[in-house]
Amino acid sequence: MIYREAGDFKTSYRDDGQTFPIRLDRWGYYALLGVAFLVVPFVIDSYWANAVLVPFLIYAIAAIGLNILTGYAGQVSLGTGGFMAVGAYSVYKLMTAFPGVPIFVHILLAGAITAVVGMLFGLPSLRIKGFYLAVATLAAQFFLVWLFNKVPWFYNYSASGQINAPERTVFGWAVTGPATSAPAKYLTCLVFAVVLAWIARNLTRGMVGRKWMAIRDMDIAAEIIGVNPLTAKLSAFAVSSFFVGIAGALLFSVYLGAAEASEAFGINKSFLVLFMIIIGGLGSIFGSFAGAAFLVLLPVLLKNLLVVRLGWPTDLAAHLELMIVGGLIIFFLIVEPHGLARLWRLTKEKLRLWPFPH
Amino acid sequence: MEFLYASEVLVNGLMAGVMYSLVALGFVLIYKASGVFNYAQGVMALFAAMTLVGIMEGRVPFAHLINAAFGVHVDRFGWTVPAIFGIALTALIMVGLAIAVEKLVLKHLVGQEPIILFMATIGLAWFLEGLGDVMWGADVKVLDVGLPQGISDSIETATNNWLGYGFFIDRLDIWATVIAAALVAALVGFSQYTKQGRAMRAVADDHQAALSVGISLRFIWIMVWSIAGFVALVAGIMWGTKSGVQFSLSLIALKALPVLMLGGFTSIPGAIVGGLIIGMGEKLFEYFIGPMVGGATENWFAYVLALLFLVFRPQGLFGERIIERV
Amino acid sequence: MKLKLATVALGAILAAAPAMADLVVPNLSYRTGPYGANGTQYADGFNDYFTLLNERDGGIGGEKIQTPECETAYNTEKGVECYEATKGSGALVYNPLSTGITYQLIPKVSADKIVLYTPGYGRTSAKNGSVFEWVFNAPANYWDGASVAVKYLLDQSGGDLKGKKVALVYHNSAYGKEPIRTLQDLSKKHGFTLTELPIDPPGQEQKSQWLQIRRDKPDYVLMWGWGVMNQTAIQEAANIRFPMENFIGVWWSGSEVDVLPVGAAAHGYKSLTFNGVGTDYPVYADMKKFVIEPGKASQGGQFVGSALYSRGMYAAVVIAEAIKKAQELAGTPAINATQLRDGFEALGITPARLTEIGLPDFGPEIKMSCDNHGGSGMARIQQWDANAKKWSLITEFTEPDQEVLNPLIAADSEAFAKEFNITPRC
Repeated sequence: MIYREAGDFKTSYRDDGQTFPIRLDRWGYYALLGVAFLVVPFVIDSYWANAVLVPFLIYAIAAIGLNILTGYAGQVSLGTGGFMAVGAYSVYKLMTAFPGVPIFVHILLAGAITAVVGMLFGLPSLRIKGFYLAVATLAAQFFLVWLFNKVPWFYNYSASGQINAPERTVFGWAVTGPATSAPAKYLTCLVFAVVLAWIARNLTRGMVGRKWMAIRDMDIAAEIIGVNPLTAKLSAFAVSSFFVGIAGALLFSVYLGAAEASEAFGINKSFLVLFMIIIGGLGSIFGSFAGAAFLVLLPVLLKNLLVVRLGWPTDLAAHLELMIVGGLIIFFLIVEPHGLARLWRLTKEKLRLWPFPH
Repeated sequence: MEFLYASEVLVNGLMAGVMYSLVALGFVLIYKASGVFNYAQGVMALFAAMTLVGIMEGRVPFAHLINAAFGVHVDRFGWTVPAIFGIALTALIMVGLAIAVEKLVLKHLVGQEPIILFMATIGLAWFLEGLGDVMWGADVKVLDVGLPQGISDSIETATNNWLGYGFFIDRLDIWATVIAAALVAALVGFSQYTKQGRAMRAVADDHQAALSVGISLRFIWIMVWSIAGFVALVAGIMWGTKSGVQFSLSLIALKALPVLMLGGFTSIPGAIVGGLIIGMGEKLFEYFIGPMVGGATENWFAYVLALLFLVFRPQGLFGERIIERV
Repeated sequence: MKLKLATVALGAILAAAPAMADLVVPNLSYRTGPYGANGTQYADGFNDYFTLLNERDGGIGGEKIQTPECETAYNTEKGVECYEATKGSGALVYNPLSTGITYQLIPKVSADKIVLYTPGYGRTSAKNGSVFEWVFNAPANYWDGASVAVKYLLDQSGGDLKGKKVALVYHNSAYGKEPIRTLQDLSKKHGFTLTELPIDPPGQEQKSQWLQIRRDKPDYVLMWGWGVMNQTAIQEAANIRFPMENFIGVWWSGSEVDVLPVGAAAHGYKSLTFNGVGTDYPVYADMKKFVIEPGKASQGGQFVGSALYSRGMYAAVVIAEAIKKAQELAGTPAINATQLRDGFEALGITPARLTEIGLPDFGPEIKMSCDNHGGSGMARIQQWDANAKKWSLITEFTEPDQEVLNPLIAADSEAFAKEFNITPRC
């Protein structure tokens, strides 16, 4: 009825190619941004920030990063945890070495460092493909975590190898360290998430993104029509790692405040982010957000439902939670193998036709 | 003397490799027959071992859930089951699991991309992990099916008399080697000389061609998952005897991945050879280079070693050659 | 409309638990994941002691104690979620049983002004109360443990460790790395050589490390392990016939789950401990009457008296005593976290008091103050008897070598104070 493009005329190619061609979508998007920036910061408390929204935003950034590599360029990676560790340890070293430089610069630099490391570990992708590549990226995962655990320089020679984020401020507001308020944490992550999602969206629909997709669909064919696999694959690794590195830097400095390589950036993290993009939808920015929301919210939701509302023993609830999440993953894959993003698209299609089915 | 130490590490590495191969075998079987990279193989080993202990000790399944839901106190039936029956019963349960997986998961995902199938097995892994804990509890369970453990005295004495240095060989490792050899022989025999085995190979070669000559794909899948379940049971028994049956058992899958990479996802001999190379390589590296760089290198070195091999042979040592056409 | 309803329901379910009136001591436990088997027993002991106080005495000073449980799975992010979910309910003190989560929570509790009690784990230099205002780690920390272990080794080898070889097998994480610096200093002081052998968690494959031990033949092996690493190490030690009486684990490597899977071969294995084990204490008569028999024991009470259960109970005892002290000081039974901190700082648990609560000689004497949040650091050695399947205490409580430890603690806490701009309080 309301949701349709009738009467929504485009007079230029620019209008026609925009991300949200339907007016209602566009309004919805602006409204969402408005609420996220102008309303949420005033009502958020530290539970919502720390347990729900901040991890959601950070994982969404990581998921966008991995989606660029896996969903757009077709290179399956299980090294996400290791690359997040690079981001975290880079930002830690930068923060402690140059306390005067603004923290946002450090976080961006950490992303850049991760991009370089990612390109290095992306080199084997020129020869190794498919699941072999996925397992090969595990080499990066295990090696990087071991490195950060073993070389004392990375953790400033502290006794136990833990790194702690010192306090840094932006315009007088603490954004890292223990005194950080919930809105500050949330807004920092939100700014990065929105800007990076915007960059990712525009990269993927431009020439670079088309090259990545050509490589994904068939790399030999892509090579024949003139896409250089070396630059395409390595640029995918670099951009992806840049995103993942920023996610790691935020995870450590803003969210956790203290971290240890083997615990915070272990292999589970790699799998978690991969689950997010598969459940959300490969090759979709919206899917990255949806997948992150699903896997961050669902466990919290189930836990609160089973333990707090129903009063079940915590271990039983945790085991059932595993079963339910596992079962739901299978269920979603059976119902819609292309993830939540496709489900969303189908819903929108239906809405456009509603209430007349034809 | 240094040479003797090195050979001791080498032999032990080879035997550790056999333990990895046991896990890797299950992956290969399923990948070969259905193209599914079954991440749940490690959890299947844990689940099988838990079930075995549960049956042998006469635990009440879902005891904790029953207690929480009905406010009663049930724990054990009060009987114990001999190992051999326990293993047979567990094998049956693994067949049941295979049927359930085929009926509830694989059937609905025919023809999907490999990564979707991979993802489904991760969902399955989570589900099984939770199910195992709900069924049998999350405590550390002692598994004793009568396998010996500890240093083999006869080998130590023999090598001491012969070389002047008593070699350390774990009796459990010797058993693992014997069992793995028997398992591979049985698998090869099965796939070469029985009708079902040939059908399995036909499916592995070409799904559609196999279907067109009247082979039931679904039956083959159930069969392959059952066999993989049995392999998981064997791996679970060996690893469970070594360090108790508990959550960490499911993580042995991570030890099998480099083996798979190196040997190739589609080759049973590859899983064995890959296991031997990985076991030997990581132990020697840890022994000689480890102390210089701070130790604990085994986890990543296995992967880096496999990666080096892959750069020269992208399909693994024994994998089928990848032929790409536009 | 549907969406709206769903959003409201979602919000209701996601929202944290409402505030409670009683004294709230959240139990951030882990009963699942790689260390679930260990965490379960600890959490049970922790819960049961507070249940006992509630059932028998009607709480502490008339105030009931609530121990809302939250599952962390030994995962730092879940730990943070649990902390945020429970802190709004008026939480007084946290005891997460994880060094990783402790590091996470130290800055947070300092900002939120809530007590963090980490008996025998966590950040060692938190002993320095003038820097770590809200963190307590009495009765002993890892460096105390390392020193007590070395003292015991000194005892065993006739007061001289010169030229002896000691190997440290450790969990390759923040927790496992804690004792290294202390042991290095002690090795300089006593003239023994120290070999460090890290084991990557989870630690099911330790063959190369134990082959190194077999080759180097160290006189003693110390272990800082947790979870499956413990069983595997003890099994491998038995496999290479390393004499079990020369193999000493830290207190986290000394529970039933670590030795039982190894069977008879584990006989004689030793570990540190700072609490008693077994059910031969008078308190268990009450425990049986008020908690176990009425069916109120945590998770059915199947681990009552085990080493980790006893340690969980010991943590609960110390917290309960601190609450009592805080109530005395504040003059009101309904205390807040700041008053509880004062209670902790004024806490003194004497042997007489332990006897009074039915746990004679269960733990070391504790005397805390503003600058000493770590107590005396005393620990003792227990030994496993594989035939009787129980631990027996074989030494008295031993003091650590404070001469070596104090400078280390001062250095580490000063570094922390500098990093976080903390001016020492006292």
